[in-house]
Amino acid sequence: MTDTTAPKAEAAPALEVAPSPHAFDLDLTTRGMMRDVLLALLPPMAMAIYTFGWLAVLVVTVTTASCLAAEELFERLRGSPAKLGDLSAVVTGVILGLTLPATCPWWVAMIAGFVAIGIGKTVFGSLGQNVFNPAMVGRAFVMISFSKFLGAPAYQVADAAGILSQATPLTVARDANAVMPELWPMFLGTVNGSLGETSALACLLGGLYLCARRTASWEIPFGVITAVVLFAGLTQLVVTPTAIAAVPALRLTVFEHLTGGALVFGAFYIATDPVTSPITGRGKLYFGLGVGAFVWLIRTFSGYPEGVMFAVLLMNALVPLINRGTVPVPVGGPTPALAKK
Amino acid sequence: MAQSDGPTPLERFINGILPENPVYRQMLGLCPTLAVTAAMKPAMTMAAAVLFVLVCANIMVSLIRHLLQPHLRILVFTLTIAVFVTIADRVLAAYVYGMSKALGPYVPLIIVNCIIIARCEICASKQGVLPAIGDAVGQSFGNAVALASVATVREILGKGTWFDLPVMPLTSGDYGWSLMILPPGAFLTLGLLLGLNVHIQTVQARRKREAEKAASTALATSA
Repeated sequence: MTDTTAPKAEAAPALEVAPSPHAFDLDLTTRGMMRDVLLALLPPMAMAIYTFGWLAVLVVTVTTASCLAAEELFERLRGSPAKLGDLSAVVTGVILGLTLPATCPWWVAMIAGFVAIGIGKTVFGSLGQNVFNPAMVGRAFVMISFSKFLGAPAYQVADAAGILSQATPLTVARDANAVMPELWPMFLGTVNGSLGETSALACLLGGLYLCARRTASWEIPFGVITAVVLFAGLTQLVVTPTAIAAVPALRLTVFEHLTGGALVFGAFYIATDPVTSPITGRGKLYFGLGVGAFVWLIRTFSGYPEGVMFAVLLMNALVPLINRGTVPVPVGGPTPALAKK
Repeated sequence: MAQSDGPTPLERFINGILPENPVYRQMLGLCPTLAVTAAMKPAMTMAAAVLFVLVCANIMVSLIRHLLQPHLRILVFTLTIAVFVTIADRVLAAYVYGMSKALGPYVPLIIVNCIIIARCEICASKQGVLPAIGDAVGQSFGNAVALASVATVREILGKGTWFDLPVMPLTSGDYGWSLMILPPGAFLTLGLLLGLNVHIQTVQARRKREAEKAASTALATSA
C-alpha cells in the first residue's frame, strides 16, 4: 500500500465508503420534506379560509405558534439546541389546526398545540423518537378534555349563517331521519366539518403532490382508502333497512365515506407521518389498511361520528409490531439468523 | 445509651421534606399519589392518614426494635402498620363518611404503601424514638407536599377550583378540563412535575459545581 514507486496510472479509483443512509438527493432533508408537506397543505388551507374565513386563519395561527413555543421551551429544558428551523413543529401545528373545528376557542387550540409538541413529541426524545403522531396526540387530548368545544355538537352553531349552521355530514349520517348532503358539495368542501377536512378535492390535490414527490409513501393512503372502500362497499351490498334502523351510520355509501369527514385528509397528511408509520413498504400497506378498517369501524359503531384520529393513534401503537413482521428479504435470500426461525 | 446511632431527629425531619422527598426523590407511594390527587381535599385527607399511620408505626417499631428478628421484621412492620391503618380507616369512616367513600380502597392500601415500610426499615428499626418521630413527620410532610403539588395542578386545571373554592378567573360553572381529573391527567402531571424537579436539581448541581470551580481557581490564583 505504501509502495510509492507504482505508476500513477494504476492507482485505484477513489472509493468512498460511508455508513448508510446513502443520501443521493441532497434535497432530501427534514427541512425539505417538511417544506413539501407545507406546500401540499396549501390547497386544504386555502379551502379552509374560503369556507370558514378568518376563523380558520386564527385557529391555524394559534396552533402553529403554540407548537413552536412548546418546541422551543421543551428543547431548552432538555438542554438540546432548539430545532425550529426544521419546520417539523410548523407542520404539526398546521395539520393540528386543520383538524380542529372553526368554532374552537383560541385557548383550546393553544393547549392542543402545546400538548402535541410537548407531550406528543419532545418527551419521547424529540423528532424521530415519538411513538404517536404528535398532532393527533394534541387533538385527542383536547378532544377528551374539552368535548364541549370539540365534540360533534360544537361544530354546528345554531345562530350562525351559512356553513357553520349545518351539521357535519358524518353527524347527519347518525340520524336515520336526516337527509345526507349531496356528494358534489362534500367533494368540493362546501359543507361543515373540521377546517381542513371538508374538501376532499383539495386534500387529494395536495396529497397526490406529496406522493408524487415521494415525501409521503403512496402505500399508506392507498391502504386506508382501499380498506374503507372494501368495508363500505361490502356493507352497501348486504345492508338491510332493519340494520340501518339499528345503526344509522351503516347507510353511508362508499362515496359518502370517502368525501365526508377527514378520511382523505387523514390518509394523505396524518397517517403518512414518516416517524410514526412503518418503515417497510409492505408494512406501510398493512398500516394503511388497519387505519382504514378502524376508521370504518369507529364511524359506524362507536359513539364518535369520525374515527380518523383514534384510528391513526391505534395503528401508531402497532407500528413496531408491523415493522417486526415485515422485515424484507434481502437480495440473495433471507439472512441466516432469520431463516432459522 | 448513646443516641449517636444515625442522623439526628432534626436531620431526619429536614431530609424527609425535600432532599429525600418520598415521592419526588425516592419514587415511593406513587399509587396513592396518582389515585387520590384529582382534588386537594382527598389528597390532604390521604396525607393526614399517612401522617398518623407513619408516626404511630415508627414509634411502635422503634420501641420494639431490639426484639425484631431479621427474617421476620417485614412481617412485623406490616402487622404494626395494619393496626394503625385500620384505626385511621375506621375513624375516617366514622367522622368523614363521604371522604372515606371517595378515597375508597386507598386508605386500607396504606398498609402496603412503601413509604411507611421503607421508613420502618431505614430509620425506626435502627434508631431511637425521637429520630423516628422526626423522620416520620418529615417524610409525611414531604409526602403531603408532593400530593399537594400534583393535586393543585390537577384541581385548578381540571375543575377551576382549589379546595373546592373557585380560583380560575373568567370561568362559568361549566369550566372543565376533564382529562386532568381522569387518570391520564395524573400520569401527565406527575411526569411533568418529576421532570421539572429533575431539571431544577440538575441546574442547581451545575451551578454548585461552577461556583466550586470558580472558588478553587480564585484560591489557586490568590495563593
